Amino acid sequence: MPPQWGSDGGNFDSSFFDARLRRARLGLVVGLTGIAMIFVSFTSAYVVRQGLPTLDPRTNLLLHDWFPVPLPRLLLLNTIVLLTSSVTMELARRQAARKALAQFSSIPGVSVAAKDEMSWLALTLVLGLSFLSGQWMAWRELASSGFYIASSPSSSFVYLLTGMHGIHLFGGVVALLSAAFVSLLRRSAASQSILVDITGWYWHFMAVLWVYILCLLEFAH
Amino acid sequence: MGLVLLLVIWLITFVSAYFFIAKTWWLPTGASAAAAGIDHHFATTYLVMGIVFVAAQVSLGYFAWKYRERPSSPPARYVHGNNMLEIVWTVLTAILFIGLNLMSSSIWASERFRPAEPGATQVEVTGMQFAWYFRYPGPDGKFGATKPELIDPSAGGESAVGLDTSDPASKDDVVSGTMYVPVNREVELILRAHDVIHSFFIPNMRFKQDAVPGLAIHMHFTPITIGEYEVTCAELCGLGHYKMHGMLKVVSQQEFDQWLAAREAEKQ
Amino acid sequence: MAGGTGGGETIMATREFAAHEAHAHAAPQGFIRKWVFSLDHKVIGLQYYFLALTAVFVGMFLSLLMRIHLIWPNITLPFLGDIKPETYLTLVTMHGTIMVFFVLTTAPQGGFGNYFLPIQIGAADMAFPVLNMLSFWVTALAFIVMLGAFFVTGGAPLHGWTGYPPLSAVPTAGPGEGPGADMWIISIALFCIGALMSALNFITTTLDMRAKGMSMMRMPLTCWAWFITAILGLLAFGVLFSAGILLILDRNAGTSFYVPLTVFSGQIVAHKGGSPLLWQHLFWFFGHPEVYIAILPAMGLCSQLLSVFSRKPIFGYKAMVYAMLSIGLLGFMVWGHHMFMSGMSPYSAFAFSIMTMAIGVPSAIKTFNWLGTLWGGRIRLASPMLFAIGFVSLFVSGGISGPFLAQPTLDIPLHDTAFVTGHFHLIMGVASIFGIFAATYYWFPKMFGRMMNESLARWHFWLTFVGTYCIFMPMHYAGMAGQPRRYSQFTELHYLEKLIPLNTFITFAAFVTISAQLIFIFNLFWSMKAGKKASDNPWEATTLEWTTATPPPHDNFGGHTPVVYNGPYEYGVPGAPRDYVMQTDPTTVAAH
Repeated sequence: MPPQWGSDGGNFDSSFFDARLRRARLGLVVGLTGIAMIFVSFTSAYVVRQGLPTLDPRTNLLLHDWFPVPLPRLLLLNTIVLLTSSVTMELARRQAARKALAQFSSIPGVSVAAKDEMSWLALTLVLGLSFLSGQWMAWRELASSGFYIASSPSSSFVYLLTGMHGIHLFGGVVALLSAAFVSLLRRSAASQSILVDITGWYWHFMAVLWVYILCLLEFAH
Repeated sequence: MGLVLLLVIWLITFVSAYFFIAKTWWLPTGASAAAAGIDHHFATTYLVMGIVFVAAQVSLGYFAWKYRERPSSPPARYVHGNNMLEIVWTVLTAILFIGLNLMSSSIWASERFRPAEPGATQVEVTGMQFAWYFRYPGPDGKFGATKPELIDPSAGGESAVGLDTSDPASKDDVVSGTMYVPVNREVELILRAHDVIHSFFIPNMRFKQDAVPGLAIHMHFTPITIGEYEVTCAELCGLGHYKMHGMLKVVSQQEFDQWLAAREAEKQ
Repeated sequence: MAGGTGGGETIMATREFAAHEAHAHAAPQGFIRKWVFSLDHKVIGLQYYFLALTAVFVGMFLSLLMRIHLIWPNITLPFLGDIKPETYLTLVTMHGTIMVFFVLTTAPQGGFGNYFLPIQIGAADMAFPVLNMLSFWVTALAFIVMLGAFFVTGGAPLHGWTGYPPLSAVPTAGPGEGPGADMWIISIALFCIGALMSALNFITTTLDMRAKGMSMMRMPLTCWAWFITAILGLLAFGVLFSAGILLILDRNAGTSFYVPLTVFSGQIVAHKGGSPLLWQHLFWFFGHPEVYIAILPAMGLCSQLLSVFSRKPIFGYKAMVYAMLSIGLLGFMVWGHHMFMSGMSPYSAFAFSIMTMAIGVPSAIKTFNWLGTLWGGRIRLASPMLFAIGFVSLFVSGGISGPFLAQPTLDIPLHDTAFVTGHFHLIMGVASIFGIFAATYYWFPKMFGRMMNESLARWHFWLTFVGTYCIFMPMHYAGMAGQPRRYSQFTELHYLEKLIPLNTFITFAAFVTISAQLIFIFNLFWSMKAGKKASDNPWEATTLEWTTATPPPHDNFGGHTPVVYNGPYEYGVPGAPRDYVMQTDPTTVAAH
């Protein structure tokens, strides 16, 4: 029996939430595919460049000029921070979902009292910003060892890959900020939950991408 | 309207085909050993694709006219397709297209898969904005070193290619703005570029290869007819691209030896 | 007959949700929200369309100047003065870039796709309306930045739309290669972002928002085309974006991704070790799917129109879908055919050439199926149909020269000659533009509630059809005779002199053809105000856009969500009361 239009009086039904969430997640998967291609191209450029001999015009000989950059140890610490933030992000995602679902099962006059929970979202934000500042510090460390973006082919890629990842992670940070200020934007708990859910998966993708980049830079020769 | 469409489509088809068949504007005369094979395969592809072209366009025009709606037209045929037909024309097209390509693969292999024969005339071709220079290794058979710091195109010749005269192998290198080669002997080219990508194109020899900075690309061709042939640049290289040209002179072995000897003598 | 999308509950939830959404973003008020920052896919579609219309006139003007210069290299033009060789190359570069990106990748997909995809699948809007709005404005910004390149120091770049380094990477390589080249790259990067956002929307919408009964295999071929185009865009534009980042770093941060040690006029430029071929690989990995992005929507539309105006089903619907899918997939495996002469390995070249010949097969299948659709039909030669038939003719002509270029052996004499220029203009430029024209004449009644003038449309068709053949067919002859591309004049080489009369003919054909486009523009704007009023379904077509009011209301279907019972091409059904059966008609037809 098909539902009538507006018969629920415009109130949310959990199947709405389900459909909206599904659509948002589908959009995210599609979007991440597009973003992944950017890093696939950088990877292919990296692999090609590594293996490419250069014609030295002075000697007319082909020589390999790829010397891997020693990566700052700080990057390991940053990695731990990012992976931790992934854990807190996951907790935040579930927290937001619980809050949203609590709305659906609420009975007028009786509310499901939420415990005074720590905002995992806020913690994720802090960790995310720490990661980004850690990356900045790693860049400073590289520069002080004499490795700038144009110093060598491998240093170019280190800055390129970490920089592009950082920019994308910053996008995630902006999404988290937007999610955090739900009350100011008068967004419903359901919309809030969907935003946090999407940001959560995006965040996890960025964490996996970071591990991939680190491995590429460190191990791929 | 349907008739006009048929006539216009058919007219365009037959006029285009006419100019192709009449060879009003055609490939320049072939003067290399590879030209005959390339031209033959060109003609084969041409014939096959020409038939497809005419058949498709003629059918299109014909159908547009024949099946136009008139009060007396029968109802349109309610048919969603024909799987057997799909399979047949798919397979035939695949055989045709891939077959054509495989037929030409032996020419490609002989042009590109094998290196030059020993004893080929060696010429290093260097492209720069906006001229070609040709360097011969001389009697010692070795090309001398070049250094980027020594490159000075305004001084022409040896300076344009940045020849390092301190290298003993450079002493007998001859640099020329015109390319001379002896007929009926394979020419080995080493293609280089100083600044941007150029492309060394000799239409009559059916020869083309990009000259890329950072690479020294080895290619070969065999001229079989004595004559003078224009050389152009076939990769956009800047404002002077349209006037980056050179001249290839194919001469007898004797004339070539005399020319080279005269240039060597000038260097003393 | 339900061929539904998934579990019943989810469908119900989706429909309710759709209705809720429709309620939720009810028609906006105020000029800014209604016409500038609109979230309505129909308005956004029109915004894209008019952006493309502006771009095409800029692009045509640039090509007019090019053609004039080629045959009168020393002429002094009013206001513009002399066209120097470098200026000519700037015209070439900007003509190509603007046409490929802001016309061919904008009007068919962003324009018509945005407007009609949701309606044809029975949805109230795109999946993410805010993202849709942003994708348009990012694209519009990209266009402004592109035009801005003309006005910075040194002017717009001269490195061709393909932008090969080192020419595009070293500012001293030529005039315009300074800030102009940076603007060009930034514009393209912005365009990539807009395109990725748009692709996200199209794919999600197609997968998640089809009305009940609208299975994938009941979608009109236009929807399939937009969907596959979006997938291509999703996978390709990221690669172009990366290529652009590397280029802008080489230009401004001293990196050497693409540039080896180079010497310009005796000055060593401080790069080393880079590979110009890396750019070519990345660019063409994008660039080849890009040409399919430019043509697939037109192919989808052609299928649509041939069926509607022959009053019979499309011949081989499934084959058409599989052909488009194959074209999309194979399109990612052929990029090396742009690089046969580049210095790439000849073995790779051979592999790419086999794949390239293979991709000719699905294109041929589509052509056979178009002919099969016409065969046995009751053809109505209205203006959309004229352009659809014109499209098939142009696609055949442009396609025939493909197998020449696909074979490396034959590519040796033909690469970088006018033969290539003739090939891609016919099959990508003109054919796609005919798709845009056909779409305009076809959907104008639905968008604006009026018919375009049919007489003017016919004049437009004949002049453009004959005119474009006169421009681009002769280029094949010139190319075979050895005329290189991107030459600003033919006065320096002896063997090119005899091609000047041919080029003169091409230039005059261009004058006529470009002028003929004024007929279209006049018709377009005049008809919006004064065209004959259109009924809801003037073409007697079966797809969902023709079931709704003209123009469609804000939520497309006036609060009512369509339910689909039939395939999109049920014309000439024996025993049916009319010679067409709407997709929403529950009187069941034969199982399609």
